[in-house]
Amino acid sequence: MDALMLARLQFAANISFHILFPTITIALGWVLLFMRWRWLRSGQAHWLTAYRFWTKVFALSFALGVVSGITMSFQFGTNWPGFMERAGNIAGPLLGYEVLTAFFLEAGFLGVMLFGQGRVSERVHLWATFLVAFGTTLSAFWILSLNSWMQTPQGHEIINGEFHALSWWAVIFNPSLPYRLTHKLLASGLTVAFFLAGVSAWQLLKGQVQAHTVPVLRLGLVLAAALIPLQILVGDLHGLNTLKHQPAKVAAMEGVWQTERGAPLLLFAVPNEAERRNDHALGIPKLASLILTHEAEGEIRGLDEFRGAHPPVAPLFYGFRLMVGLGMLMLVFSWGGLWLLRRRGALALPRPWLWGLALMSFSGWGATLAGWYVTEIGRQPFIVYGLLRTAEVASTTPGSTIAASLAGYLSLYLALLLAYVAVVKRLAEQPAAEYGSTAVARPALNAGSHA
Amino acid sequence: MTNLDHAMPLIFLGLMGLAMLIYVVLDGYDLGVGLLMVGASDAHKDRMVASIGPFWDANETWLVLGVGTLLIAFPKAQGLILNALYLPVCLMLLGLILRGVAFDFRVKVDAQWKPLWNRAFMAGSLLAALAQGWMLGRYITGLQSGWAFDLFAAAIALALAAAYALLGAGWLLMKTEGALQRLALARAKQAWPAVVLGLALISVATPWVSPTVRERWFKMPGLIALMPIPLMCGLALLVLRAQLNSSRVLGKLCWLPFALTVAVMVLGFFGLAYSLYPYVMVDRMTAWEAAAAPASLRFILVGCAISVPVILAYTAFAYRVFWGKAGELHYG
Repeated sequence: MDALMLARLQFAANISFHILFPTITIALGWVLLFMRWRWLRSGQAHWLTAYRFWTKVFALSFALGVVSGITMSFQFGTNWPGFMERAGNIAGPLLGYEVLTAFFLEAGFLGVMLFGQGRVSERVHLWATFLVAFGTTLSAFWILSLNSWMQTPQGHEIINGEFHALSWWAVIFNPSLPYRLTHKLLASGLTVAFFLAGVSAWQLLKGQVQAHTVPVLRLGLVLAAALIPLQILVGDLHGLNTLKHQPAKVAAMEGVWQTERGAPLLLFAVPNEAERRNDHALGIPKLASLILTHEAEGEIRGLDEFRGAHPPVAPLFYGFRLMVGLGMLMLVFSWGGLWLLRRRGALALPRPWLWGLALMSFSGWGATLAGWYVTEIGRQPFIVYGLLRTAEVASTTPGSTIAASLAGYLSLYLALLLAYVAVVKRLAEQPAAEYGSTAVARPALNAGSHA
Repeated sequence: MTNLDHAMPLIFLGLMGLAMLIYVVLDGYDLGVGLLMVGASDAHKDRMVASIGPFWDANETWLVLGVGTLLIAFPKAQGLILNALYLPVCLMLLGLILRGVAFDFRVKVDAQWKPLWNRAFMAGSLLAALAQGWMLGRYITGLQSGWAFDLFAAAIALALAAAYALLGAGWLLMKTEGALQRLALARAKQAWPAVVLGLALISVATPWVSPTVRERWFKMPGLIALMPIPLMCGLALLVLRAQLNSSRVLGKLCWLPFALTVAVMVLGFFGLAYSLYPYVMVDRMTAWEAAAAPASLRFILVGCAISVPVILAYTAFAYRVFWGKAGELHYG
C-alpha cells in the first residue's frame, strides 16, 4: 500500500471516529436545553433526571469529540500539507472562524453547564446550556461551509496554483452549503432521536424503568417521526444539487457507466470496475431518471464521460444504498413506534419491537458514516472538486511512519468506541438514585448564587 | 502593499505565540496535576481531577488556536514543521486523547476499571508533556537532526514536564486544602530543582546548538536589553523556593507559587520570542516568507479582533464561577 493510500486511511479513520461524536452533541445539546426548560416550566422531576442522565452521555461524547477534533486539526498539516499551501487562503479563515466563534464558545461554557448548577443562577445555567448547544451548531456551520466549498468551489481565483478569495460571501455560502448543512443537522437530530429511543427501549427491556424512561422514549420517537420525512425531502434536494455540480458522483452512486435516458433505479448490483459495468443488476426501470431529473426519459450522464476523473464506484454505490436503507428503517420504526405507543401504552410494548429499537440506538451513526463516505469518496480524485487533486497535496512522510501511527490510532479508537458503548449501557442500567434524583424541588429562575 | 499588510504576518506571529503561551500555562497546570496523581491516594486523585474538571476543555482549545494560526497564517511553514515533527505530534495527540477521555471514563465505568483509567490519565498527561517538550526543543534548534539536537530535545522534554508538575502543584495549593495541599507543597519542592536545572541547561545549550541564538544573545547592546529576563527569572525562582518553606503558601499566599511559576514561564516565553523573532522556522523562513495572502489575513484578523476579547471575557467568567477551593464535581 502506498503512502498516499495510508495517509487517506489515517485521515479517514480519524475523521470517521470524530464525526460520530459531534453528530450526537450537536442535537443532544438542544435536547438537553429542551429537557432543562421543560423541567423549569413544568416542575416535573423526571425532566430533571432525564437532563442529568443525558448530560452524562453528552459530557462523554463531547470529550471524545474534542480530543479527536484536536487530532484532526493537526492532521490537516501532517497528512495534507499541500492542501494548506495551495488552498490555505480559503480553508484557513473558515477553520479559524470555527475555532474563534464556536470551539471556544462550547468549550468555555461546557464547564459551567456540566458542573455549575448551584454555583450560578438557574437563568445563567440555562444560558450556558444554550450557548453550548449554539456553539456546537455554529461549529457545524463553519466546518460544513469549508467542506461544501471543497465540493462546490466558488468565489476564488487561482494565481500560480494558489487559491485566493475574491468574495468571502460566495466562498462561505457556496452552492452545496444549504443542502449539506441541513442534511447534516437533520442527521444529527435523527441520530440523537434513535439514541434516546434506543436507550429507553433498553431500559424497558432490562426492567430498569425510571420516571424519565417513557417520556424520553416518546420524545425520541416524536423527534424521529418529525425529522425523517424532512430528511428524505432534503436528501432528495441535496442529490439534485449534487447532480448539477458533481455529476460524476451521482453517476457512481447510481452505478450508471454509460450516459443513458430512462435509467433504472438499481436496488442491487455488483459494480465491476475493471470492465466498467454492473454485474447481477436488479433495478426498477426508469426510476433513477425519474427521481433525479423528474422525467421518466431524463438523461443521466454516465461515468464514461468522466474517465480518469471519477471516484471509485463500489463504495459510493453501496454506501448510498446503506444510508437510504437505514433511512427507510428509521421511517418504519419511528411512525410504527408512535402508533404502537398510542395503541398499547409504553409498558405493554412488544418485546421484539423494543429489541429492534434498541438495535437501532446507533443507526444514526451508520447512516451518517455511509453518507459521508458517499460524499467524500465521491469528491475523489480531487480534494477541491475539479481543481486540485488529492495526490498533489499529500505529505512526503514515509509510508512506514504513517502505517505505525495508523495502527496506533486504530487500536485506540476501537478501544474507546467499545468503552463508550459499554459506559452508555452501564449508565442506562443504573438506578436513577445514582445520578441524583433526590433534588425535586423546582427552583425559581433566579435562585442560586455564586459560591 | 500597505503598512498593515506588512505588519500582518507579525501580528499573527504574535497571536500564535500568545495562544501557545496561554496553552502552555493553562493546559500546563492540567497536565501537571495529571503527573502529580502518580502515587496519590484514590480520594486525592478524585479531588485533583475535580480541581481541573471544569476548565480542561477550554484550556485545550488554545492549542487548537495555536496550531490553527500556524495553518491559517503560515501555510508555507506548517507542512515543513509538522512533517519534521510527525511522530512527536502523533504521540502528543495519543497522550491528549487518553488524558481527555479519562476525565469522563474514570468516573463512569465499573469500579474495577477505574484504576486503569486513572493510569490512562497519568500516562496520557506524561506522554503529552514529554512530547510537547521534545517538539519545543526541536523547534528552537530549527528542526535540525543529529545526536546533540536529540539530546537537547530530550532535556527540554524533561524540563517542560518538571515545569508542568511545578505549575500543577501551584494550582493544587490554590484549589485544595488539608492533606492534599500539603502533598502539593512537597511535590512543588521536589519539582523546583528539576525546573531550575532544566532552565539552566536550556540557557547554556540554546546558544550552543543554535548560532542564530548565540549571536542574538551575546551581541551588544542586545545583551543589556536581554539581561532583565534571566535576572527576573532567577529572582522569581528564588522567591518561589523561599516561599515554599513558609506555611503562608498553605493559607493566605496560596496563589503565590502558581503566580511565580507562571511568571517564570512568561519570561521564558519572552526570551524565546526574542531569540527567534521574526522567524517562523529559525534560519529558514521568516513570518513574511511563510505568510498567507494579505486578503485572507485581513479577513481573519477582523474575526480575531472581535472574538479574542470575548473569549477572554467568558474564560474569566468561567474561572470566577469555579473560584475558590475545589469541591466534588456533580453533573447537573
